[in-house]
Amino acid sequence: MTKSANDVVITGVGIVTSQGVGAEPHVALLGASQSPKVRIETERFAPYPIHPLPEIDWSQQIAKRGDQRQMENWQRLGVFAAGLALDDAGLKDNLEACGSMDMIVAAGGGERDINVDSLIVDEALKRNDREQLLNEKLTTELRPTLFLAQLSNLLAGNISIVHKVTGSSRTFMGEEAAGISAIETAFARIKAGQSTHTLVGGAFSAERLDIVLLIEAIQGHSLGEWHPIWSRKPGNGGGMILGSVGAFLVLESREYAEARGARIYATIAAIGGDRGSREDGRLEARLKDLARPAAEFDPQSTVVFSGTSGFHDLARREKAFLETELAGRPIRAYGGLVGHGIEAQFPVGVAFAALSLGHGAEVPPFDPDAEAPMTAAAKAAVVTTIGHARGEGIAVLAAE
Amino acid sequence: MSKAYKDHLGRPIVAVTGMGVITSLGQGLEDNWAALSGGVSGIHKISRFPTEGLSTRISGTVDFIELPAENAVERSYAMARETTLEALAQAGLSGDFNGPLFLAAPPIEPEWSARFELADRSPPSERPGDAYNRFLAAMRQKADPAFHEAVLFGSISERLADRFGTRGLPVTLSTACASGATAIQLGVEAIRQGRTDRALTVATDGSLSAEALIRFSLLSALSTQNDPPEKASKPFTKDRDGFVIAEGAATLVLESLEAAVARGARVYGILRGCGEKADLFHRTRSSPDGGPAIATIRAALADAGIDETGIGYINAHGTSTPENDKMEYLSMSAVFGERLPSIPVSSNKSMIGHTLTAAGAVEAVFSLQTILTGTLPPTINYQNPDPAIVLDVVPNVKRSKQVTAVLSNSFGFGGQNASLVMTAEPA
Repeated sequence: MTKSANDVVITGVGIVTSQGVGAEPHVALLGASQSPKVRIETERFAPYPIHPLPEIDWSQQIAKRGDQRQMENWQRLGVFAAGLALDDAGLKDNLEACGSMDMIVAAGGGERDINVDSLIVDEALKRNDREQLLNEKLTTELRPTLFLAQLSNLLAGNISIVHKVTGSSRTFMGEEAAGISAIETAFARIKAGQSTHTLVGGAFSAERLDIVLLIEAIQGHSLGEWHPIWSRKPGNGGGMILGSVGAFLVLESREYAEARGARIYATIAAIGGDRGSREDGRLEARLKDLARPAAEFDPQSTVVFSGTSGFHDLARREKAFLETELAGRPIRAYGGLVGHGIEAQFPVGVAFAALSLGHGAEVPPFDPDAEAPMTAAAKAAVVTTIGHARGEGIAVLAAE
Repeated sequence: MSKAYKDHLGRPIVAVTGMGVITSLGQGLEDNWAALSGGVSGIHKISRFPTEGLSTRISGTVDFIELPAENAVERSYAMARETTLEALAQAGLSGDFNGPLFLAAPPIEPEWSARFELADRSPPSERPGDAYNRFLAAMRQKADPAFHEAVLFGSISERLADRFGTRGLPVTLSTACASGATAIQLGVEAIRQGRTDRALTVATDGSLSAEALIRFSLLSALSTQNDPPEKASKPFTKDRDGFVIAEGAATLVLESLEAAVARGARVYGILRGCGEKADLFHRTRSSPDGGPAIATIRAALADAGIDETGIGYINAHGTSTPENDKMEYLSMSAVFGERLPSIPVSSNKSMIGHTLTAAGAVEAVFSLQTILTGTLPPTINYQNPDPAIVLDVVPNVKRSKQVTAVLSNSFGFGGQNASLVMTAEPA
């Protein structure tokens, strides 16, 4: 790839998954000779297995206890991951850079207060004036601050407060598509000179029954024991295993990054998203358009980070697509390793890709029965995410 | 590209070629404008749910749109669909839109009625706090795809994208009370990037429920002056005590001026500049020095390439909360200085309440209409001015005045600030 001043480069990665906190454990697993071992929690939400958060010392990125208390887990996780990304980019506590830094956050909604909800539905079973009951209970039982801990744009708001990122603040919603659009928009703005440096990413907390319920409404969970993502069977449920993840990236124009002497992991060569009917091969037709920029790179040294949700039909179709249209490029389904992260799914994949390219990793298979070994160090990466209900996106990244 | 189609920074000029709006005052720009310029309030007693025992019992809900089911997604979608139909008709566009969609939509959650229905088919409680375990058991028995779809944040943009044939992945966004302005800003940016000649920018909020009302109540954000409802929203007065929660939607069709002229479209105005700046002071309160709001207004003016003497009218955020109005006044004073008292500043929210997610776009439509008609809408209920806020708020009665450049402010929870500068079509 020829280099330009307005190339969009990744200079900071903040990642938290069940595999650990920050770039270091993830770089280690991406460069290991053995397949990584999954971490799975099968008891706490049985029959639903979940990839849990690793142990986190929140105060490392959120110094004030008061700030920590103002947030529910998904916000706290996002603020934490954002801090890691700023640290990794060497921009933490750089007031000038953070004060002019743009921000796009892919967010879902906050946690319900399970006890209050339970109290209300239990009481409602005994009464026929349910609306009146709601007024009574919500007025007396809701914590006033819970609203703010639930509000989608307050993840970004808390990043402004804790990390002093205040150039701009935008929150995108809409499940997997939110994560795709967030990075796509940040990319387009930097490319066009509308931004010089942008913090972008998302977080997802899987360890909450209200979000487990959302997926169970379509019986989407894989049930019981953990199985590798490409070999999950309909007899074991819908195929998805959620994971608690946070992933933020610092994107900069090459000019801005080089002027401050920043370390560059990779360049985003292309990124796009689309949506529409998935019938009659239309999903594959859109994916083909989105994947086109990958053709420019040598297959052997290109790694494909597939964000497949694990839904049986979608996983099968994506794998068939990748093996045909991106033949010869090893596939790594990262959702099988760290779980599906909805809004954060695409950012997690881009984070894995950036770390792999920055370290020239030969990424070991995550699912050795279904994924081929790499035979060369990664010089390019493709990241896919096909939304569990709608929307799809692909990014193509190149090493320096 | 001819020079006439580029702005002061050499970027494509962005024109507005279609507008649509719904508020508690009615459906469509014509009815809304007649009421708004006539000083009519759309605020009324809440009838959607019982309000007995609640400290706030009034709102600006939109209750006249027919819905297949009573929930926030259906209502928000229906309003967005209607305003988009109006805007596209005004723009003279039919068939697939073929440009990106930027949608400001409220964060949504399951309706309580859906939780109650689920509880009714769930196994009995075994211990306190186990409702979700029971819900899950019920879902394992029988899935409910409608429940899933109704709580996906992407479900409104999905339907709009299908209905209007927009291109690519639609963006659904929330910047709290600045969302409508952010949607417009994203559309402007996309056209300036050269990614598209046109963008559909939509903002909608039909999410008022008992829980939404109570949440804002618990933060002491809402007016409790329930009687009479139409007098509760009184921005910039001494006795203002909170905003009045409301619903609404607006759509703006944005096109590069060049493309608009090329297809012979009527240009209703120019989206000349956008500014934003995040606040790090507090989760719900603005920096006391107004710094981020000042920076936002200045950024919008700089982006528009005009200085503060160029603004003829300000469409204020003007929520009628003690804090916003004070902070907004402080910020405008810092930017406009001694000239501020001579610039008319009015708040549409005195009549339509705070349409939250939709506000920035609804008020952008009214700002453009102000330019088009040469009529400044009033700030009603301005009986007892706050002596600390010295503004020409166009008190109580509309005023005829030709203006060519308008500033519209939007500020929100979470440190969100966005301002837009709109100007008349270049003659």
